[in-house]
Amino acid sequence: MIAEATVLSADSAAAAPDARQGFVEFVDVEKSYDGRTFAVTRLNLSVARGEFLTLLGPSGSGKTTTLNMLAGFERPTSGVITLEGRSVDRLPPYERNIGMVFQNYALFPHMSVEENVAFPLSVRKTTRADVASRVGRALDMVRLRQFGDRRPAQLSGGQQQRVALARALVFEPSLVLMDEPLGALDKKLREHMQIEIKQLHTMLGVTIVYVTHDQSEALTMSDRVAVFNNGGIAQLGSPDDLYNTPESSFVASFIGENNTLEGKVERVSGKECRVALHGGGSVAALAIGVAEGAACHVAIRPERLKLAPASNGANALAATVDGRIYLGDHQRLLARLESGQLLTVKVGPEATMGNGEPVTVSCAPTDCRAFPADPGTGGSISKTGE
Amino acid sequence: MSALEPTKLVRPRASRDWSAADPGTAKSVAAALRRADFGDRLRSLALAAPLLVLLALSFGIPIVLLLSRAVYDPTIADALPQTSQALRGWNGTGLPDDAAFLALAADLRSNQAKGTAYELAKSLNARLPGARSQVLKTVRQLEAADRPPLEVMKAVPFWSAPGTWPVIESGTHSVTSFYLLSALDLRWNADGGIERVPPEQAIFVQVFMRTFFVAAAVTLATLILGFPLAYLIASVPKGLAAILIVAVLLPFWTSILVRTAAWTVLLQKFGLVNDLLLWLGVADDRLDLMYSRIGLIIAMTHIQLPFTLLPIYSVMRTIQPSQMKAAYSLGAKPFTAFRRVYLPQVFPGVMAGCLLTFILCLGYYITPALIGGASDQLISNFIASYVNVELNWEMAAALSFILLVFTLALFGIFARILGLDRLKLV
Repeated sequence: MIAEATVLSADSAAAAPDARQGFVEFVDVEKSYDGRTFAVTRLNLSVARGEFLTLLGPSGSGKTTTLNMLAGFERPTSGVITLEGRSVDRLPPYERNIGMVFQNYALFPHMSVEENVAFPLSVRKTTRADVASRVGRALDMVRLRQFGDRRPAQLSGGQQQRVALARALVFEPSLVLMDEPLGALDKKLREHMQIEIKQLHTMLGVTIVYVTHDQSEALTMSDRVAVFNNGGIAQLGSPDDLYNTPESSFVASFIGENNTLEGKVERVSGKECRVALHGGGSVAALAIGVAEGAACHVAIRPERLKLAPASNGANALAATVDGRIYLGDHQRLLARLESGQLLTVKVGPEATMGNGEPVTVSCAPTDCRAFPADPGTGGSISKTGE
Repeated sequence: MSALEPTKLVRPRASRDWSAADPGTAKSVAAALRRADFGDRLRSLALAAPLLVLLALSFGIPIVLLLSRAVYDPTIADALPQTSQALRGWNGTGLPDDAAFLALAADLRSNQAKGTAYELAKSLNARLPGARSQVLKTVRQLEAADRPPLEVMKAVPFWSAPGTWPVIESGTHSVTSFYLLSALDLRWNADGGIERVPPEQAIFVQVFMRTFFVAAAVTLATLILGFPLAYLIASVPKGLAAILIVAVLLPFWTSILVRTAAWTVLLQKFGLVNDLLLWLGVADDRLDLMYSRIGLIIAMTHIQLPFTLLPIYSVMRTIQPSQMKAAYSLGAKPFTAFRRVYLPQVFPGVMAGCLLTFILCLGYYITPALIGGASDQLISNFIASYVNVELNWEMAAALSFILLVFTLALFGIFARILGLDRLKLV
């Protein structure tokens, strides 16, 4: 998907003034509301044509500010945003031709569904017949043709969001922004709408920049995810890059489920290092920018932990079973280390260990990632995905 | 709320179509539902009962009693029982027979004996200008008793004038349309039809028109001043909005009399407003703002501003900023977005605010009395004058009734256009 997006972007870039430029570019963009603190700092981001890019982060991390700057509702304090090679600095939102979907849908309550969808066309002086046919097609696309004369208040949340989608897509913008569009829906509907939006993206080939704080939503839908933290991008990559090779303790904790062990780096040898854990024991781990003698966090995914004695150089930690959560296709075993810390281990549905039973938890050093302990964003941040 | 829940649990079952399966069960379910609903209604009624009783006693009944005086005036019939009797056979044209004159003389004397002659004279005078002095004169002459009563009656030309007896006759009927017609500058003519009163006697239509004009002008002025202010308050941060709202409401905490008096200080010939206008060079000479229509409208606009502003503000506050953002992102220029997205949504608030101000303006009394000139008195001033000065409660009731009908009609039209449920009064 990324490869495809890049190809598309390369095609279009041939016509653009600078062939290396992306469809949307943020160059050293900064935004401050009060002149002292920055909501967004030194943001550099390139979005390829046709890409589905998600801005993921906790609230206050700057992702919505970034989206608002791209939409034109906020102006960058410094830096440049370009759209198809042109700076949009002086372009008001109504001249940017960017579709936008809001968390609260922002449907116009005094207009029918059809009038809502026709709104962007009617302000563009489209002919009446053209409006009718395009509105019809847009409503067909979201399967709401038969609700055309209803008011938004007469529709369910999911239907309202589909109307908002149709309205943002009907004028065929090349870029669509979505600001937590599924935040107000329940879990089942949210998952359904994720698939629906993804299908629309594939079908229309439109570029989508999507904001969410829900990491599972980001992983499900995106070609690439930009993880935001403290006003900047902590890591940018494909969902599996972010999941398998997080570059910081924050990303490891924020994306997916994660066990974090605190310790101190004893020595670094090449790509690997040895970490002495607080409360006893030591593990070998991949060194991600850690220095000898420094405090660090070791991140291990629950599914990478095994209940087996150590073999050929794997890390092994003695623990006792402290609980078991049955989840149907698998179970989550809570294993308490001697230091008192709890580890979550993914085990098969057939496992039957009882509480207090001693176990050995092991994992390969390549599945352990040691990050410098960052006091601001360290292991204290728990997974916020819902 | 919890009291309502049992009913809610029953309702879905009742909505199922049981009648086809078992009519008996369906009937009993429906009956149970009705009983439960009845209980609920009784409970809510009981909660509202003290207020309803108070409203009925202090508001509803007095209004009905007062307004009924516009069409029910038994003063003359009560005062002239023998005359009523004697006039029963009269065909209403020309003069009645001597028996009627004698009966009237007897009634006048008995009124004098009871001490109600002055009240009768006043009551007749309301319908027949000039009747008061004639009645009192006749009574004095009858009292002197130096001539037979018939001779006394015939000697006073008033009693043989063509217009007198029809008015007396109509007065002997307790139910009358006289006052209501008068309130609209109409009267019965000799042929039993309705005609306009001569222009020199017509006042009320003009006063009603003036009242509606002033109310409309004040409503428009408050809208022009209030709408942008409401928009400002709705769009600034909460803390500042609270301060602005207090500033808007501050005059509310001062008596309307004080505020009106303050305006008389500001608007008078050598007042602050005139000083300012001169100093700014806007006016060449001192303007007559006091006792003028423009001064009246300025003062009323000031007093009414919060009434127009608050309903507009309360609706504006509910419109999420994302509405306008969405409109912009969809390609609407600011004015288009305002006209097609913002304005239709604040329209119910605008209507509610304007309606509130317009209706309140129709009833203004103190401000026109103090700031308006002689030709700026509104209908309420006339009603008050009839109640307090002329002691003609029937005319006051008739004018009030007409005003009430106009107001209700207006409210009905607004409600019809807008739907009453969409009227958001603060």
